[in-house]
Amino acid sequence: MADAVVSDVKTPAVGRRVGRRSVSRHRSIVGFLFALPLIAVIAGLVVYPAGYAIHLATLNKSMQHFVGFDNFRFLFKRNTFWMVVEQSCLFAVTAVIFKAVVGFVVAHFVHNIPQKGQRKWRGMLLVPWVIPPAMSTLAWLWLFDPSYSAFNWVFAHLGIPQVAWLGNAYWARFCVILVNVWVGSPFFMIMYLAALKSVPEQLHEAAAIDGANWLQKIWYINLPMMRNIIQITALFSLIVTFANFDIVKILTNGGPVDQTHVFGTWAFTLAIWGNDIPLGASVSLFMAPILAVAAFFILRNVRKRGNEA
Amino acid sequence: MATVTTAAEIGGSARRALRYGSISRGRRRALYWSYFFLVLFVVFFLTPPLYMLVTSLKSSAEIGAVTNPWWVYHPTLDNYAALLGDRQFLTFFKNSAVVSVCVVSVTMVIAVLAAFSLARMGFWGSATLATGVFLTYLIPDTLLFIPLFKIFAWVHDVTGIEFINHWWILIFLYPTLTVPFCTWIMIGYFASIPKELDEAALIDGASYFQVLTRIFIPVALPGIIAATIFAFTVSWANFLYPLAFTTSADQLVLPAGIVTTLIKGDVFNWGQIMTGALLGAAPPLIIYAFLMDYYISGLTAGATKG
Amino acid sequence: MAQVALRNIVKMFDKTPAVQGIDLDIADREFIVLVGPSGCGKSTTLRMIAGLEEATSGEIYIGDQLVNDVPPKDRDIAMVFQNYALYPHMTVYENMSFGLRLKKFPKQEIKQRVEAAAQILDITNLLDRRPKALSGGQRQRVAMGRAIVRNPKVFLFDEPLSNLDAKLRVQMRTEIKKVHQKVTTTTVYVTHDQVEAMTLADRVVVMNAGRIEQIGPPNELYHNPKTRFVAGFIGSPAMNFLPARIVNGGSNLAIRLSEKLSLPVPESRTARYKPYIDKEIVFGLRPEDIIEKRGAVPPGSAAFDVQLDVVEPMGMETMVYFIVDGIEVCGRVNPTAAKEAGENMDLVADMTHMHLIDPATDQVI
Repeated sequence: MADAVVSDVKTPAVGRRVGRRSVSRHRSIVGFLFALPLIAVIAGLVVYPAGYAIHLATLNKSMQHFVGFDNFRFLFKRNTFWMVVEQSCLFAVTAVIFKAVVGFVVAHFVHNIPQKGQRKWRGMLLVPWVIPPAMSTLAWLWLFDPSYSAFNWVFAHLGIPQVAWLGNAYWARFCVILVNVWVGSPFFMIMYLAALKSVPEQLHEAAAIDGANWLQKIWYINLPMMRNIIQITALFSLIVTFANFDIVKILTNGGPVDQTHVFGTWAFTLAIWGNDIPLGASVSLFMAPILAVAAFFILRNVRKRGNEA
Repeated sequence: MATVTTAAEIGGSARRALRYGSISRGRRRALYWSYFFLVLFVVFFLTPPLYMLVTSLKSSAEIGAVTNPWWVYHPTLDNYAALLGDRQFLTFFKNSAVVSVCVVSVTMVIAVLAAFSLARMGFWGSATLATGVFLTYLIPDTLLFIPLFKIFAWVHDVTGIEFINHWWILIFLYPTLTVPFCTWIMIGYFASIPKELDEAALIDGASYFQVLTRIFIPVALPGIIAATIFAFTVSWANFLYPLAFTTSADQLVLPAGIVTTLIKGDVFNWGQIMTGALLGAAPPLIIYAFLMDYYISGLTAGATKG
Repeated sequence: MAQVALRNIVKMFDKTPAVQGIDLDIADREFIVLVGPSGCGKSTTLRMIAGLEEATSGEIYIGDQLVNDVPPKDRDIAMVFQNYALYPHMTVYENMSFGLRLKKFPKQEIKQRVEAAAQILDITNLLDRRPKALSGGQRQRVAMGRAIVRNPKVFLFDEPLSNLDAKLRVQMRTEIKKVHQKVTTTTVYVTHDQVEAMTLADRVVVMNAGRIEQIGPPNELYHNPKTRFVAGFIGSPAMNFLPARIVNGGSNLAIRLSEKLSLPVPESRTARYKPYIDKEIVFGLRPEDIIEKRGAVPPGSAAFDVQLDVVEPMGMETMVYFIVDGIEVCGRVNPTAAKEAGENMDLVADMTHMHLIDPATDQVI
């Protein structure tokens, strides 16, 4: 049959032939068109404004002429600026560390209880993340109220001295961090819980047979297995916390005496209330280096994850 | 081994069991501790919203009285009646709703088209663009609002259309926050669809657009719901943009409206503020209550996919 | 219904060649199987016929039309994928009718066609189920149904059975053969399993490293392999290969395998091997041609005696392994005749089925 078959096939006549590679070119053109709205949004509303911010930072207050680095020189001479730098870093780093610890601990507790109850607990524990932060911060503001603080009422009954929550600089710093941890740790909990679920149970069983106690299991198995998620979540949260606005704005509005301002709120105060847009832009630009470093590490971790999968 | 258990072995294992305590008892104790701490954390996490609820049910007189702030002695719905009967508050609600619905629609159209393109079609520079999408998500609103403010002022100078202090300017602003992340997680969801599925559809005669609408969107529906929820919560909750771009009372959206109008100078009407905050938090909370699994999958997708 | 022709097809992936110059003519209604180890380019070739990959150079014809630049949807082909690629959100009926619905066929005709195809494949009772609720074999049938419904010019199968368990695979293999007998559409079928290739194909195309090694009907490939690769790839267990030397053993030629072991070449092959006297060659003989000695040695066969190394009873037959000059050789003997490992056994090699390979070219002499 073989030979008969081959002779059956006439060499086909040369058919119509459109330009080479038209199929793959068509594909990339359609692909590009699908991505065009995204490109427009990113270019017009994110990339261009981000670049424009740099330009704005080099103008004088009335935005009429170029002053080079004068805005930055002015900032460097102001005490408030250095206070904001210090507070932003303290705020972001402390809050992220506490969020990570609380999230890690709570995730383990949730993971410990029987599977069928987990959904309910997880549901309740994520509530702070779901409420718009501006709304929940109002509740905290009311809880910290100077004359009606519900915490102070409890303290009074327990015989603990009253606390001037938002009136004292140190307590005010504590409060913004506390509220931030309250808002953010549920996110860490969810991420860590997802990571915990992906640790194979056999590893724990193998470790138990090798004689590991619960702490050693966490240290030698969970932590290394979750390392990537822990890093990504922490870096990610670092960016968000560093750029925080809502909580500080509502809780203290920077006070008392600018002690709790972070870059976001101070830039807002300078640019919108003080009507000095270039100075506000200069302040907000100081977030960029931290963001860039964190973004670099996140991207590296995400890529690594991609390769592992 | 099981068949040749001698008396000595039984005795030995019993003695050992005594020394260690039973395994199941140890587990139960660990479980009780877990529940104990979970209760503590739930109390910590739920105190503010519950306190909101408690306060919202109090009259001004009761709030000012020196009674237990954690308890309502004379519950009343007056605060709810006052706010829901207040035209201004309803305007905030309407503005927020319209803005959120528009932003969600625009975002999802842009994100789904782009994610399909980046996950499957590929063109020159598409890999770089996918990374760029992720990076732009990391640029916060606190960095963008100042230049955007100037840009919209400039648009006004050129076109004569005033954007600033109109609620609909937010429809242009919120996509800066929603589009990159939604695209990013949709890329992840689309990439997890087996390649053979679109090849089969192409062979069956579908165009690329049909592959997207008839195969990808239905198959990745959970991802689309998750991204939609994300876009909605972000556009409902944002506080900075409305605070910076809108000032007139009739142009405000909920979070900014509650903060700026209910807090009048030093006069805090806490009953109404808490009621407003609770009402403002209600839509995301209700969505969360019904679609929790989608919400959580969207939350974790950013880091675990793509 | 149509013939398919490939003319000097080359496919490069980023400068690494996957397919290097393939010429193939497939007749109308023919069942062609592309077989080879993974990475040999068989799937890529199939995907180029489908239009899912673009040929770097060369020409592909379906019917009389040059289809290089025709998108898959206009090539009038249907494809069955390894993982079935059923649309998870559609019922079986919707899956099978998807292509027809896209082409805006009248509802009545769609129904008719789907039902006819379902009949052929015996899946009529599954039509309103989702893929998730189907077993592997049922999914496979639906995937085939989706192809049949379209009534295309060419069926393309990409390893359709490799996700099934062994028993089901045999069953579905028969099923595919039956369907082809009913539908008689030109079929190109890719597999790495040579048994599948042998049982299904009108002609088998053996591929290796992006090239075609040999094209032919299954039995021809088995009995007359043209290259060492084909000889080793077709048949299971694989052919034994031993380095050897052709020597002049008096009146006849002989294959000298080791110091102790020389086997005579049958007279019919003397002329063919004469030019290779005293040259290094590779001697190939299938396990089924090494059997136990039963009485007198038939003409063309050679008896020898070896010490068994490993003995593997398989039920119907017993595989015996012995060492010749450091190389393990396999024979296939009757279970009643098999000896224990370590014992000596008299075996007979059927030299009329032997193959000699030139190690320089890897071609069968």
